[in-house]
Formats: sequence, C-alpha cells, structure tokens
Amino acid sequence: MADAPRLSPDEVRKVARLARLDLPDDQLPRAAARLDAVLGYVERLAALDLGGVEPLTHVGGEVNRLDDDVPGPTLPPETVARLAPESFGPFIRVPKVLGDGGGA
Amino acid sequence: MSAHARTAADLAADVRDGRTTAERAVRDALDRIDALNPRLNAFVQVFHDRAMDDARALDARLRAGERPGPLAGVPVAIKDNLCLAHGRTTCASRMLEAYESPFTATAVQRLIDAGAIVVGKTNLDEFAMGSSCEFSMFGPTRNPWDDSRVPGGSSGGSAAAVAAGLVPLALGSDTGGSIRQPAGFCGVAGLKPTYGRVSRWGLVAFASSLDQVGPFARTVADAALALSVMAGHDPLDATCCARPPEDFAARVGEPIRPLRIGVPRQARGGGNHAAVDAALDAAAAALADRGAEIVEIDLRHADHAVAAYYIVAAAEASSNLARFDGVRYGRRAAVREGEGLEDLYRRSRTEGFGEEVRRRILLGTHVLSSGYQDKYYLTALKARRRIKDDFDRAFEAGVSAVLMPTSPAPPFRLGEKTDDPLALYLEDVYTVSINLAGLPAIAIPAGVASLDGRALPVGVQLVAPAFGEVRLLRIAHELEAALAFNERHTPGY
Repeated sequence: MADAPRLSPDEVRKVARLARLDLPDDQLPRAAARLDAVLGYVERLAALDLGGVEPLTHVGGEVNRLDDDVPGPTLPPETVARLAPESFGPFIRVPKVLGDGGGA
Repeated sequence: MSAHARTAADLAADVRDGRTTAERAVRDALDRIDALNPRLNAFVQVFHDRAMDDARALDARLRAGERPGPLAGVPVAIKDNLCLAHGRTTCASRMLEAYESPFTATAVQRLIDAGAIVVGKTNLDEFAMGSSCEFSMFGPTRNPWDDSRVPGGSSGGSAAAVAAGLVPLALGSDTGGSIRQPAGFCGVAGLKPTYGRVSRWGLVAFASSLDQVGPFARTVADAALALSVMAGHDPLDATCCARPPEDFAARVGEPIRPLRIGVPRQARGGGNHAAVDAALDAAAAALADRGAEIVEIDLRHADHAVAAYYIVAAAEASSNLARFDGVRYGRRAAVREGEGLEDLYRRSRTEGFGEEVRRRILLGTHVLSSGYQDKYYLTALKARRRIKDDFDRAFEAGVSAVLMPTSPAPPFRLGEKTDDPLALYLEDVYTVSINLAGLPAIAIPAGVASLDGRALPVGVQLVAPAFGEVRLLRIAHELEAALAFNERHTPGY
C-alpha cells in the first residue's frame, strides 16, 4: 500500500499555476506521481544532522567581483525587438494587460 | 593515422605549417558529418557554406603572413545551448526552435579567435536537462560505440561528435555531469572546469550556481589546449574569475610527484556495474604502477548529493526559465479573444517546454514556494556545504586528486529510462557532488564493458581543488598515457 501522496491535487494545481504552466486534469495524476516520487527521494536529506550549518549559496568567494560602472556597447533596440514574436519598431506587442485582459 | 583521428593540436600545427589547409580540414569534417550524422544525430545544424567560407578566410590570412591561433583551422562543434551569432540557438526546445541569437558566447568566440572553425551545433537534452540526450525536439543522439544505446547527456551530441571523429574538439556545458557522463559513455575526454574558470556569457542558463562550459576532446592535451584558449576574465560574466589565464596545454606533460590519489569509499558502494569497478581499479592500478600512493577517502555525504542537487538545480532552473514567457523572444502561443497576458505566458510555456523541463520547473517552483522553502531548498543548501566540506577535507589531508567513476553503469539502451525520471537522476550519482562543490573534474575512458557482444567505453573522473586545473590535467594526462585507451579501442564509427 503506497503512502498518501505528499501533495493533494489542488496543491499540484497551485504549483503549476505558480510556475505558469497549464496542467490539464487528465495530465495531473502523472505529473503528481512523478513530483511525489522525486520529493520522496529528496526527503532523505532530513536524515542529515545539519544543525548550525551555514547554507552554501555560492561556491568560492573568490569568483565574485565588482566592476566600475562604465557604459558599454549594447544591442540596438531594433535588434532586440526583432527577436520578439510580435514587434513594431523598437516596441514589443503583447495582449491586453489591464481590465478584462485577465492580466497581472 | 586517418585524418579524422588527428588531434586538434596536430591538425592546427599541420594547418599552420602548410602541410594541410583549413579548407581541407573543414571539408573532411563536413564530409564525415554528412556521411555519419544521419544515423548518429549528433549535429542538429551544420553550417556547410559558412564553415567553408570561414576556412578559406583563415587560409587567406595564413597566406598573408598572419599568425593564426593555436586552433588554426580546427573544425569544432558547439552544444546548441551556446549562443552563436549565426544559425539558430535552440536548446533542443520548441521554445527556441526559431531563435537566432544576436551575439556569440564568449567561450565560443575565444575558440573562433584562436582559429577554430565552427562547423555546427550539437544535440542535447532540452535546456541541458537530462542524462541521455533523448529529451530533445530533434530526437535522440546515438552512441558511436553501439547505436542502439544512448551517448549520455545532456551534451550527448558533442560527445558523440568527438567519439565518431566528426570533429576533434567540441564544447558542452556541465551543470550536474553533462560533460563528464557523456564523455564516459562515448570514450572521450570531457573537462568540467572550476566554477568561474570559463565565462558563461552566452550559455543559456540552467542552474547558475552550477553551470560551467567545457571541452570534449580525444586527448587530455587537446582539452587542456581548449581550456587555455577559453579560460579567463570576461567583463560580461560577473562570476568569471579575474585570475590571469594559465597555459594549461604547455604544462600538461609534466608528471606530479609525489602523487597521492584519493578513492572515495563510496565509489565502490556495491551498486556499480562490474565493468565500472574494473575501470576504477584499472585506473588506480595504473597510477600506482607509476608511483602514486592510493588512499581511501570518505565522502560521507555522497549518498545525499543527488537529492541536494535536484533541489538546487530545479530551484534555479525554475527561476532561470521564468524568462521564457512568449513576450521578448522564443515561442509565443496564440491567445483567444478576451484572453490576456497571463494566458499568453501559460500557454506559450506549456507549448514550448517538453515534459522533463516542465517536470523540473514544477519541482523547482514547489521547493521554493512558501511553506516548503526551508524544508527543501534551505536544507539542500546546508547539505551542499557538507558535500563541499568532504572534498575540502580530502584535499587538506594531502590528496592531489580524487579518482572516482563517472557513472554507476555503462551506456544504457535508447528508451530504457525515459519513463523513469528518478532512475535517470540516479545516473548522476558520481557527478553532481562536484558541481555542488564547484570543483574542476575531467572524465577519461579507463575500461570497456562488453554488452551484447559490443565493447562500450567506461569512464573514470579525476577531481582537483578549485582552480587546480593545471594539476588536474597533468594527472589526467599521465593516467591517459598509462591506460593507452585510444591505442587499444575505437568506436564502430
């Protein structure tokens, strides 16, 4: 008998929403099962005694440095805008953001 | 020795000294690619015309008396997550299938500036997430030793291209083993430099605290040559170290004495295929024969490295890949009347990313989400420090380098593990701890496994302290000479 899954279907839906991914109901069981399998595996970290250990966010302090704030060359706005799926001149076109645009 | 088995260093010397031309070297490479790539699928783009033009231009410079660089006329392949200002940079993803980068990655530009000719872009697992080169919109790459098997991943296309003699040198990226594991699977040298040694400007980011660019080559000396060309300060990558570059290639032939090699107790945990243990034993014995002292070391947190890695890497990936939203570049999904920007984001991302990438984004989003961050992400960062401490302790105790397997088993069959993400993640058990610790490591072939009547290469890796590449390459070069793998084994292609 398998253990109860770590995340309920609603919680998995919430993760997908936060990740800005669609997760249709017919794909949810498979995605949830795989997420659960990996979470089950990584929980082995709980067995470690990590009291007083400083989290390691970045290896090797010697690799970071500050540069002088000097303007350098940049790509022309038109070049960057041309990379966008929809643009006109130096602007990028997007769907409506406000009102009934269902936006941010 | 046939032309396709020449090393990059020899080929460049031939071009410089007029024994051959860049044009001929590049044409030979393109002919071999045209003949073998339809089956191997190592390359996803080949720049026939552009490469020939570049080669002729280099020959003209030579004739004009210019001093070409140390890679003059050498055909090279570039993993398709490194930006190049011509062709497409796809990351093997539908998200970027039409993306044309407006700039070239620093590491690639430095190869070009040294005289190398980029002949094409190579296959990878989508956004470098995978260990088999099967999660690609271009379909899988095949292993040149047995084309029913995977070349490893994620840089499987570059590894297969070098193994099959399509090019003597190729670039990959290594976030959790993506250079070393495919190098092991394909029987070539694969170097992951120290975190910060090579600029990542123009490398499409996967996990920024782990990613590093590095070379595949048939010899350690060629890998050293490529590193000499690529390493060093880049104002465009703030994590790229300011240390002056070293001439790794010049010193690679000098043995290290006294030489003390640490073999982790955990490298013989019993879960390895017999051929992996045999290759590790052969490598240790070869170094011992030459006077090295072999000592056992304790990487006591090794069993937790995969868990820590998949939390950290997925968390960083979910953040890095948030930029792919269908607005500024990449795939944009159609939105219906009345739908807005959020719908555009969701639909574009769902259409653009393959299942494994979506899986890792979900994992990363979850481990960073409110209420779970301490349990998963913070815990993983603490484990990461313990994992790094294990290596530091070994080096402080006088170990020159650590010797360990690259993978627990020889190359597996195409399709064997695609449906079991966790099984695929456990392929990385020997590689991920080195990324978590930020250390340099090189994989070289050390033995063969006989599977279904076919000989398949088995790799080992050497690991050195941070910025210890000179030492690492000298030891690897000595081990390579002692094992003489290239003299004894060749792939079917």
